Amino acid sequence: VGMTIIEKILARAAGRDQVEVGEFVVCAVDMTVLIDLQFATLWASPTRIADAERLAVIMDHAVPAPSVADADGGVRARAFVKQHGIKRFFDVGQHGICHQVIAENGLARPGEILTCTDSHTCAGGAYNTAARGLGPAEVYSVMCTGKTWFQVAPTFRYELVGEKPEGVTGKDIFLHIAGAYGDATNHNLEFGGPGLASVPMNDRRTIATQGAEISADFATFPVDEVCRAFLDARADRVYEPVDPDPDTAYESVREVDLASLEPYVARPGGVAHNAVPISQIEERPVNQCFIGSCANGQLEDLRIAADVLRGRKVAPGVRLIVTPASQAVYTEAIKAGYVEAIAESGAIVTNSTCGACFGYHMGVLGAGEVCLTASTRNFKGRMGSPDAEIYMASPYTVAASAIAGHVIDPRKVTV
Amino acid sequence: MNDVIEARAWVVGDSVDTDNMYPGFAMKLPLEEAAKHIFYDLRPGWTDQVEPGDIVIAGKNFGIGSSRPVAQLFKQLGVAALVAEEFNSLFLRNSINFGLPAVTIPGVTSTIADQDQVVLNVRTATIEKPADGTKLAGSPLPEFVLEIVAQGGLLPKLVADGYIPTDPGRVGRILGSPPAAGEQRPEA
Repeated sequence: VGMTIIEKILARAAGRDQVEVGEFVVCAVDMTVLIDLQFATLWASPTRIADAERLAVIMDHAVPAPSVADADGGVRARAFVKQHGIKRFFDVGQHGICHQVIAENGLARPGEILTCTDSHTCAGGAYNTAARGLGPAEVYSVMCTGKTWFQVAPTFRYELVGEKPEGVTGKDIFLHIAGAYGDATNHNLEFGGPGLASVPMNDRRTIATQGAEISADFATFPVDEVCRAFLDARADRVYEPVDPDPDTAYESVREVDLASLEPYVARPGGVAHNAVPISQIEERPVNQCFIGSCANGQLEDLRIAADVLRGRKVAPGVRLIVTPASQAVYTEAIKAGYVEAIAESGAIVTNSTCGACFGYHMGVLGAGEVCLTASTRNFKGRMGSPDAEIYMASPYTVAASAIAGHVIDPRKVTV
Repeated sequence: MNDVIEARAWVVGDSVDTDNMYPGFAMKLPLEEAAKHIFYDLRPGWTDQVEPGDIVIAGKNFGIGSSRPVAQLFKQLGVAALVAEEFNSLFLRNSINFGLPAVTIPGVTSTIADQDQVVLNVRTATIEKPADGTKLAGSPLPEFVLEIVAQGGLLPKLVADGYIPTDPGRVGRILGSPPAAGEQRPEA
């Protein structure tokens, strides 16, 4: 019986020829990433760790520290990396949202297993990695022992056909899938097909990241020429891509015609069966617009924002907050002139952090406010007050809506 | 951990997410205060009604969302177990790894009502309502996972195996209790 990408990766890591759906397997973990929250909330300096070379520490959720508790976490993180000789330490200033830093530094490698204390770790699936979020106790345990267990889940295969139109992004592809098919709880997502060639790496990462929003376990892509070009610029050693077997038995195969897609918007409260083509959405006035997070704070997202905003002004009564996904994205965006175009429009460009996306700092919503966000998650209360409403769309749609003052089809705002 | 838990059940619906149990603002609070915000919007006042030993029963896709350790908050309130029609896998692992039993039993929310007295067997994944004799069976967790729950989650095992230093201040923090007064940060 053929295996999916994930089944093959888990089998290799478990030292097995074959794994089957439903099985529990114990796997060696290739790379584990600790984030700042771990050190602020659940930490004791361990007596020993499995392998300093398979560990990275990334400061992202609460930087610069908005509280003494978070600052204390930073103190512990710095002491830990010094004590154990962790070379891959991304402190404030060399930092970014962990999934962006993972991508920039080639820490998510084809065919390998990556774990991290953040639910959007499935982002690494864009690079053919079996990547998933685990809780803080489990990541601590993997740090110590170098391994953990997985249950092999059934897989939904998304067969992409047709060519992605201009102005349609990975966000729109994902929202279409979430709207049409709903949750994938206890299932893996696997993407592929002839249409994939028209989907650039930043869009693949948006899609993989948001696998968590439909409750999936893993979300993976194959390595094609587009991916190989990305990886070769970052990999420090040879990698082994994993393709699915031709005779793989998927739970179901779902065809997505990219050419037929238009911009999508999710209504407040989640994305599953709650996202519609923008032509069907109400033109709600907005108070806050946000472009950022591991899903949409990439350089290409900032380019889109800059192109829409250049020479225009954010509508009166609207706040537009733009958060680069890493310090590297931030500096690249400055050099490319994106930050200037965004800031001159009246938007705020913040330092890189998970901040507003999880309602912790730098853009929290008040009661009665309406937000349109290009970030990861639109649960009730996610970005602040439970009495705020969070719509979700692409950076293109969010930037255009910030100018219009209400949710608008970006194709009506010519670049 | 006892395999059999006799408890009062609190029943919530489908897709109850982690932001509804451990909202962003509560992440800034000590655990004992954060625990007062579970279901803060879904079911205001619930944390004053729940009593140690009670269990929580949910519908499908329970715990979709973040890796934030919601189980630590339930344990602060003394919740003895979670049961759901279906769990988000990250949430299920997170519960088990903090020593909170998480049992999948399809059909449970149409059989058990809020405030019902139930008998839950964590090992066999069965739940019974003695009042009318109704019994439902789910999918049992494998032995090695039940073992993690039985030992109180992953951290006590790491302490026992010598990965975590045993001086009280440090262990206090990692096991989720507030730091002792005057606790030093030995590593800082």
